[in-house]
Amino acid sequence: MNTLQMALADGMTITKRNALKIKRAPDLLGGVVVLPIVLVLLFAYVFGSMIELPGMSYTEYLLPGIFVMTITTSAQITGYTLTLDLQKGIFDRFRTLPMSPSAVLTGQTVSDVITNVTSIVTMALVGLLVGWRIHTSPLEAVLGFLVLLLFAYAFSWVTATVALALRTPEMFNNVATIVSLPLIFLSNAFVDSSRLPGPLKVIAEWSPISTLIQGTRELFGNTSPAMPVSSAWPLQHAVLASILWSLVLLVVFVPLATRLYKRAVSQ
Amino acid sequence: MPDAIVAEGLVKKYGDVVALDGMELTVPEGTVFGLLGPNGAGKTTTVRILTTLLKPDAGHAKVAGFDVVRDARRLRAHIGASGQYAAVDDHLTGAENLEMVGRLYHLGVKRAKQRARELLERFDLTEAGDRPVQGYSGGMRRRLDLAGALVASPPVLFLDEPTTGLDPRARASLWDVISELVTAGTTVLLTTQYMEEADRLADRIGVVDHGHVIALGTADELKDQVGGDRIELSVTSAADLEAVRRTLAPLAVGDMQIDATALQVTIPVTGGAAALTTALGHLSTERITVRDAGLRRPTLDDVFLTLTGHEADEKIKETVR
Repeated sequence: MNTLQMALADGMTITKRNALKIKRAPDLLGGVVVLPIVLVLLFAYVFGSMIELPGMSYTEYLLPGIFVMTITTSAQITGYTLTLDLQKGIFDRFRTLPMSPSAVLTGQTVSDVITNVTSIVTMALVGLLVGWRIHTSPLEAVLGFLVLLLFAYAFSWVTATVALALRTPEMFNNVATIVSLPLIFLSNAFVDSSRLPGPLKVIAEWSPISTLIQGTRELFGNTSPAMPVSSAWPLQHAVLASILWSLVLLVVFVPLATRLYKRAVSQ
Repeated sequence: MPDAIVAEGLVKKYGDVVALDGMELTVPEGTVFGLLGPNGAGKTTTVRILTTLLKPDAGHAKVAGFDVVRDARRLRAHIGASGQYAAVDDHLTGAENLEMVGRLYHLGVKRAKQRARELLERFDLTEAGDRPVQGYSGGMRRRLDLAGALVASPPVLFLDEPTTGLDPRARASLWDVISELVTAGTTVLLTTQYMEEADRLADRIGVVDHGHVIALGTADELKDQVGGDRIELSVTSAADLEAVRRTLAPLAVGDMQIDATALQVTIPVTGGAAALTTALGHLSTERITVRDAGLRRPTLDDVFLTLTGHEADEKIKETVR
């Protein structure tokens, strides 16, 4: 077996392990299936009934934002699971095995893709029930889901990096909540970012979260000519910019997480 | 007989704290070596270096003929390790845990499954094998963890405090399993805080303190170094302590220990039960009231007291991880 084959085989073994864990752990499953349902229903009915948008329903405007909010939240599972494993000594066992050292992190992040697919499918189905529709071609729709998944995968590496730097589940959960809330609310997820005041507007328009939400809206056709898009470059080229952001995150955080993993387990 | 484990001059520092300071050990193939010492003496650090988890700052070591730093990758196929904190996955079943390890040893899907079943049976976990580990008792988890270390039938096995925290029954059953392995020819390096465990399992014992071996020998040789039996007795009043010391001084074959807080006196003696009878006779003649008295074999504390001149307890405060 060569190095690449070994990395793939071991990555799959670890992926399977993590998938089994998520299936058996009710707390994790709740975050993957139940929370997305609650979010879609809550936002669609509470805000959807109060807010009027020119030329489109607020529910349609909202759903891509909920998708993105959910995948950034569930990327935290990667970080949380890593901190739990760090405390338990299972990584010591892994490191005494003749396995590929990269498999732990790839297995972890790839199993997150499985959970993200589950969340997104759940949300899309519930979304269809509450009036969300895709207005574009099937090809664009599929691309929309792929762009979401790619970003989610890249974001898992970000949370893995944070988790490996912080090391304890308690610290990680605190930091993740403090960071992820502003990230979502300082974007175009719920409001038109171009109407935010001064510096908040700049932050929201250049946030990767806004870019991804705008890109997803375009690919699903959840836009309206009556609602012009801000002139900021990433929002004008949202699909391309979303893909670029994902690649940048991967290039930066894959090596960083790998380095921190090595440091965290060799003490 | 070739040596399965050779460590020479291992040094490991964490900042200013020296965890290993010239650790040396040699374990011939097919034997059990026990590293005996208190928390923080360097036992776990030694095991972590020998199992490739840590790199030493100085010195070198070979396990099964492979250098632990240079040949780390190749070495891993030849060792098994089972730690103090059972490294098993709570949400996976016993069988899934072992299969996963088998897959990571690259045994192939079929062989990994088969090997998992064999080990579950051998470790008396067949019934529990399809239940998530979450519901296992402490003893079952340790057995599963040990089974995980044996998946690839490694010729060299590292057991880091395999029975710490287990109840006496679970401990005894784990000892049986380890004894069987040794009979089958596996080389074992065992760390423990328990003299009894080292006594029961190890062919040779190295007493560790301050990061290096301070005494080496069979269990009997070490006990001889420590001295023979001890009389331990307690009195009802501190005023009696001096009288006890004076009365029993002729019986003592070494320094008596007097604990003024616990009102306890420990006297190294020879002659076993007869010495105890004599001592109690003397004390009775002197009309000293004895609250409790007994004869015991040397413990880890005694080994430490004799070999290092300080109590094992003091060391616990210096625990390094």
